[in-house]
Amino acid sequence: MEQIIQQFFNIGIMIEAMPIVWRGLGMTLMLSAAVIPLGLMGGLGVALLGDSRFALVRFLVIIYVDFFRAIPPLVLLIFIHTGLPFAGIRMSPFTSVCLAFLLNNSAYYGEVYRAGIESIGKGQTEAARSTGLSRFQTMIYVILPQAVRNVLPDLISNTIEVVKLTSLASVVALPELLYSSDMARSISYNASPIVMAAIIYLIILWPSVRILSRFEQKLATS
Amino acid sequence: MTQWERFLDTFFKWDVIVQYLPAIGRGFVVTCELAVLVVICGISLGLILALIRSYQIKIINFFIICLVDILRSLPPLVLILLFYFGLPNVGLNFSGFMVVILVLSFVLGAFAEEIFWAGITSIHKGQWEASRSTGLGYSQTLVYVILPQAIRMTIPPLTNRTIAITKNTALGMVVGVGEILNQATIAQSFSSNASPLMMGAIAYVLLFVPIVYLGRRIETRFAWKKN
Repeated sequence: MEQIIQQFFNIGIMIEAMPIVWRGLGMTLMLSAAVIPLGLMGGLGVALLGDSRFALVRFLVIIYVDFFRAIPPLVLLIFIHTGLPFAGIRMSPFTSVCLAFLLNNSAYYGEVYRAGIESIGKGQTEAARSTGLSRFQTMIYVILPQAVRNVLPDLISNTIEVVKLTSLASVVALPELLYSSDMARSISYNASPIVMAAIIYLIILWPSVRILSRFEQKLATS
Repeated sequence: MTQWERFLDTFFKWDVIVQYLPAIGRGFVVTCELAVLVVICGISLGLILALIRSYQIKIINFFIICLVDILRSLPPLVLILLFYFGLPNVGLNFSGFMVVILVLSFVLGAFAEEIFWAGITSIHKGQWEASRSTGLGYSQTLVYVILPQAIRMTIPPLTNRTIAITKNTALGMVVGVGEILNQATIAQSFSSNASPLMMGAIAYVLLFVPIVYLGRRIETRFAWKKN
């Protein structure tokens, strides 16, 4: 027991690692603030294109979505960060992560929006079109507001996944929360900094997970 | 050299592809092993936890909910590093392979529990009452009446979640498991050429596109119907 506390909950080491882990948290928050809006907007674009009049565009969107749902995000990130430089395309770790996340998340968010759009009855479109709104206006003013409301739990759940996914950035040496605490671990030969990072992730994400769980149970029983 | 030739030389260099095909193949097998084990262990764990939870024993449920919430809030990579680098210090030595299976099974188990539980609670109370009144016991009702209906509703969300978590086997690279991504990055640094990574990406697409496609089919077939 004492050994477990010594190795995983060592207060002294945690305090020592605090500044570096704190900076890592800042980077994680900054990264999330960049990739969540990117993903939300990219996904909206994917969903709108997926609803296109042209069969070819719809087909390409399905290929895009299935492709990026099949590739693990880490593979994508490593490809962008270490593969593309061979072709002369060099990006900072932060840009690589943003690009990888944009490609990956827009596919996932796109699927969520699509489910929402499909949940809205055809009558809504027909009614809106018959009042003289264009296809685009109908989508923006009539369909999307209702669609987003219907899939709000899925949007939240996906966003939680995105924040968790930012930990992958540690693999390309972007000093976010996990990278910083892993560095502190390798300096101190003690797992406490990682436990600290885990606790920070818990503090950030647990409330949303709990709310989401409530949400889902309510939906299931209604 | 034209642009196009340069592109081919960087990402599809034939000599490199031939040379590293066996390594990527070995990685492919390891990824498949990981994926199958994680899916079996994770979904069984989730089902067991959901069944235990349906007996409504307060203390046990509290622990299940806490465990599930924690596993749903933490990035899997954090848990993998914690298990891989932390546990040996207290005398528990797991290989990277074991750590990946343990962590991903736990994570999938947590998500699956939540999905199964939502499925079980979505079954109308009348079903419970009707089957209890025919003389079936609590466990019999659960297994023969409620679960078959609940599982049907859980299939679409469960497939999506399972695909997402199975893809995390690529995280094995970080703890030195010889799966596709690890083999590909090693081969890339030996050959100073991006072709192995391209092969790795293609291997993942070959492995997961059929599953994603199947998931899409299942989703439309079993679409979550509201009564």
